[in-house]
Amino acid sequence: MARKKISAPNTEQIALSELTIEQRQIEGLSLSTVVRRRFFQHKAAVTSLIVLGIIVVLAFTSVGTIIGGTGRLAADTDSGEIILDGLRISGWWPFDWYKNYPITTPGGLPSWEHPFGQDTLGKDIFARVMRGIQQSLTVVTLIGILATVLGVVIGAVAGFIRGWLDNLLMRMTDAIIIIPGLILGAVLGRTIGGNAISLGILLGLVSWTGLARLVRGEFLALREREFVDAARVAGASNFRIIFRHILPNSIGIVVVNATLLMSAAILTETALSFLGFGITAPDISLGQIISQYNEAFKTRPWLFWWPGFFIVVVALCINFIGDGLRDAFDPRQRRMPKLTSLSRQIRELTGGGR
Amino acid sequence: MLSFITRRLVATLAVLLVASFVVYMLTANSGDPLEALRTQNDPASVAKRATLTEKLDLDTPPFFRYFKWLGGAASCVIGQCNLGVSVIRGDEPVANALGNAMQSTLSLVILATVLSILFGVAIGMTTALRQYSGYDYTVTFAAFIFYSLPIFWVAVLLKEFGAIRFNEFLGDPSIPWWIALTVGCVLALVVQAVVGGHLRLRIRTAGISFALTSGILILLDITQWLKSPSIGIIGVALMGIGVGALMLFITSNLTKRTLQFSVGATVIAVVAMWFPLQFVWFYFNNPLAIVVVALLLAGLGVVAGFFLGGDDRTEAMRVAAITGALSTAPLVLDQMFMRWGDYVQIIPLRSGVISTIGANTPVLANSDDTWMRMLDSSTHLILPTAALMIISVAGYTRYTRATLLEVLNQDYVRTARAKGLPETTVIMRHAFRNTLIPIATIVAFDFGAVIGGAIITERVFAWQGMGALFNQGLREVDVNLVMGVFLVTGVAAVVFNILADLAYSALDPRIRITEA
Repeated sequence: MARKKISAPNTEQIALSELTIEQRQIEGLSLSTVVRRRFFQHKAAVTSLIVLGIIVVLAFTSVGTIIGGTGRLAADTDSGEIILDGLRISGWWPFDWYKNYPITTPGGLPSWEHPFGQDTLGKDIFARVMRGIQQSLTVVTLIGILATVLGVVIGAVAGFIRGWLDNLLMRMTDAIIIIPGLILGAVLGRTIGGNAISLGILLGLVSWTGLARLVRGEFLALREREFVDAARVAGASNFRIIFRHILPNSIGIVVVNATLLMSAAILTETALSFLGFGITAPDISLGQIISQYNEAFKTRPWLFWWPGFFIVVVALCINFIGDGLRDAFDPRQRRMPKLTSLSRQIRELTGGGR
Repeated sequence: MLSFITRRLVATLAVLLVASFVVYMLTANSGDPLEALRTQNDPASVAKRATLTEKLDLDTPPFFRYFKWLGGAASCVIGQCNLGVSVIRGDEPVANALGNAMQSTLSLVILATVLSILFGVAIGMTTALRQYSGYDYTVTFAAFIFYSLPIFWVAVLLKEFGAIRFNEFLGDPSIPWWIALTVGCVLALVVQAVVGGHLRLRIRTAGISFALTSGILILLDITQWLKSPSIGIIGVALMGIGVGALMLFITSNLTKRTLQFSVGATVIAVVAMWFPLQFVWFYFNNPLAIVVVALLLAGLGVVAGFFLGGDDRTEAMRVAAITGALSTAPLVLDQMFMRWGDYVQIIPLRSGVISTIGANTPVLANSDDTWMRMLDSSTHLILPTAALMIISVAGYTRYTRATLLEVLNQDYVRTARAKGLPETTVIMRHAFRNTLIPIATIVAFDFGAVIGGAIITERVFAWQGMGALFNQGLREVDVNLVMGVFLVTGVAAVVFNILADLAYSALDPRIRITEA
């Protein structure tokens, strides 16, 4: 990141002095550069990004994953071992989430071998929690992608074309919004829940409503602007105007709200699994682990603490990233920079400090 | 006004109709109600299946069954609800099952929503006013954490630490002096951060709040208040003064002589009424008594405002009336606490005062004593409400903070300051009201989320509310039961939406609903 140094003739410096510090900082840079730079100044967001990255890598490499298949438990015909149906990619962690192991410590207390402890059947809680994180992250990603795409397309079409189509789409949105999210999610989860992919797709198909409303509002305002007229005069098609001209201008609102939607999604998924309408046995989700060990709080608190801890950390990370993105796109409500760094910036910009 | 409400109602009802169709179809297709019978080898199961098929009308496609159901539901308008029967609850009519469940769930949801708004708005405003302070950062961070908490996890934690441990503490309540001092220190730190100002003021605020908190805690310990809590006339007087001061502060009339007198007279009147009201509470043992007394005390406030209001007569009457009405709360609390001793004797020995199971104690459910029943409901409501609030409050706090900051940057706020109005007036009169406008919108949104939260919380705390009905209904594919729950939540959401609209027009004179 090379900061633009100002060593211009006098007249230009006078002109520059009329700009605010903020304006000078971003002068002549593209929007994405500005946003990226501002995002990386947000310490909590960057930390969250790193932590989330570590959690993703840890969850997927440690116990490996499974692709395709029904995911049901079966006994291997040769060795008699329990296996899962599907292509199993193993990780570096020695234990599997679906197998029972001999209990090494009294009561399954956490130990070096089983850092998160074991349950009454001897299942390794670390492996279970990691698998749970994988599932939750899969659901969240699917919901995020689907809901964002649907929300943007529906909102954009409604806001740009208006008329009866807008009316129809918005009444449809109203009808979905009026159903409490958990009730809708539970009914859908009961229908084709069970595994992360189908649950993610189903929930994604109904989570776009809030975003669609926001995007529609944004489009209603932006479509009256001059640059849209200019594009139309230049002969651009509706499709091109929507996706090449207006959408980039409302990208901030989309990105920020997609992030917030995802942090809400992880809480919805875990809650559904807790009620038994989300991801169901034999597969695992963090909410399901908590529901399963709900009663064991007194005797085996670790069965309860770890899954909850990871739900909170993942949701918190996504929320902070969303906050960082909001600050990056919309600096109006940015936190105050520290006084020292502010005066340093002023010195650098005015060239006084050299 | 009326035409606006009617039009809004028709539009929302149409939306509700579509939504109910969607939910009906989805639920009907979500599973097979005969599944359990199909897998049985019992020869009688064929006959059972046939009867169940007939009872559930399974031979009719769900599309037509929906309209049959709708016909029954539509008769609710004329006061005869026919929402079908719930097969899994032994053919109990759904309307019956809902009646009992609705009361506990809606009281939980509404209480949690109202308290969340009060706390969230208050905390959000203080953070906005102390922007970029340590207090602001702490609250913002805490709000982020609360926002990321899964409610079922919080509920289980509350059950363990809020109830089981707290009940153990209540069994033998003693507050060691060092705990009293620590709590005082912590509170002093918080209060001085909220009040802000220069160093001298901060030190003074911290000192006062430290002395007050620690003093009260030590006093509670010495008098063994926690063992046999009561409020009495002194408690009512103190709370009444608090309510009056708060009302004066909110309406930014703290320094106006006339209003001080009116509100003060009202509080004195309330305290004077304490003894005569004992008879009212005793002989008129009915929840309606609360409304009657609130109206009576509000009337006293109006009278006080009328005679002592001077130049600000209307304002004084209004503020004093609200103070009077709100002072009913300490009086009712007093009645509830009077029964504390008996209550501790009645409840099951092991469960402790703060209950973690159900919405009320079965023995007391049909008690004649309204105040005893209220006390019982309150101890059962505390934890689920707290669990629901933790998440809602965070949202309201963040939203209020952002909105108030935006409002404070407006020109009319600068104008108000420029013409020399005191800061309290600027905030309370000019900024606060405009902050409430966008908040009215998210209340309606948040309501759906709180209902979802209630379904989960009820499960953790074993309430027999709508959450339990929904869980049961969906698990066994009892469509009528699920639809009943949906209908209640849907209607509640519609009501909240309309209330939000009305609040909008009341808060923002630019919105005229008669022309909308």
